[in-house]
Amino acid sequence: MAQFSLPANSVVNPNGNVHKAPSGAKDVRSFRIYRFDPESKDKPRIDTYEVDMGSCGPMVLDALIKIKNEVDPSLTFRRSCREGICGSCAMNIDGVNTLACTKASAEIKGTVKIYPLPHMPVIKDLVPDLTNFYAQYASVKPWLQTRTPAPPDQERLQSKQDQEKIDRPSACILCACCSTSCPSYWWNSDKYLGPAALLAAYRWIIDTRDEATGERLDELEDPFRLYRCHTIMNCAEACPKDLNPARAIAEIKRKIAERKQ
Amino acid sequence: MSLQSPLGKVLGNGAAKEGAGHWWAQRVSAVGLVLLAPWFVMSLIALGDLSYVNIVSWIASPVNTVLLSLLVLTVSYHAQLGLQVVVEDYVAHKGIRMLTMLVINFTLLVLGVLGVFSVLRIALTGNH
Repeated sequence: MAQFSLPANSVVNPNGNVHKAPSGAKDVRSFRIYRFDPESKDKPRIDTYEVDMGSCGPMVLDALIKIKNEVDPSLTFRRSCREGICGSCAMNIDGVNTLACTKASAEIKGTVKIYPLPHMPVIKDLVPDLTNFYAQYASVKPWLQTRTPAPPDQERLQSKQDQEKIDRPSACILCACCSTSCPSYWWNSDKYLGPAALLAAYRWIIDTRDEATGERLDELEDPFRLYRCHTIMNCAEACPKDLNPARAIAEIKRKIAERKQ
Repeated sequence: MSLQSPLGKVLGNGAAKEGAGHWWAQRVSAVGLVLLAPWFVMSLIALGDLSYVNIVSWIASPVNTVLLSLLVLTVSYHAQLGLQVVVEDYVAHKGIRMLTMLVINFTLLVLGVLGVFSVLRIALTGNH
């Protein structure tokens, strides 16, 4: 929701704590990381960590884990699979939303700047509150809805071509990189569903086994839920899985227009 | 404070079941402008002599009267549709949003009617 006066916590102190590299480190990289502790009354700050890349793994997540293990255990972030399939470590690295586990530190020039996903409430440090994001995902009923009873002796069948239609949209890991990169989502995330939820809706709309396409389109036909998308395309740019939510949204708009013809 | 569930908040009052018409109208009116705007500019260039008398007699020719009226209407309509999107994007307060939209709609309606009336008056009466 667009606001002209921002809360006091939006002002970040750029001169936080500095943690120097250990003596003897040869290949030193600076990581400037957003820190916010909800239990202190301090404003958020940017801490600088000098990391010896000679003893650090290649990915940004490796550096974060090294910092947490060896320098500052209070640094808070989500991570789990460390191979780009769980979506936990989504954050804003070097100005772009992506997964820390699949982003190599070597791809970034100069200081590595790390912030939480933009325009979300921050729980602590790099951990955003994704409650609304998950509720929006749940609101599109991301499961198979049918009227035809399931065959008693086999699965619901689907041709190879039909499966291929949902191959890509099914690959979404709900990391929220796309939705939190979208200006329309920043201004109206209370009502606009955002690229991730709409991509999920599309995945079920084009699933040939699903029989609730009409109801799904009904639920999306809304000036805010769907039509806040102005094809800015940040979503496709940000997606660490190389998916294209913007195209999915355009296809949903096309389907709604077609059924009026 | 509210203990409403996050899903309850998202579902809210349900889908408005509209938006497709607006989306389509914005695109169709854009296509209209793509045709009408170059026609207008090219015509003025082709006219060469932009003196008052020359312009008035150009407007009074039937095809120009019709196309110019359509241009004025399409510009007003397209502007209304576009500004509505801008206001919905950036004005969060519902009361202010509605008031802003009423002012915009009213202003564009007045401008559109005024424009068409001016063109027709030149075309039909020769007075100006």
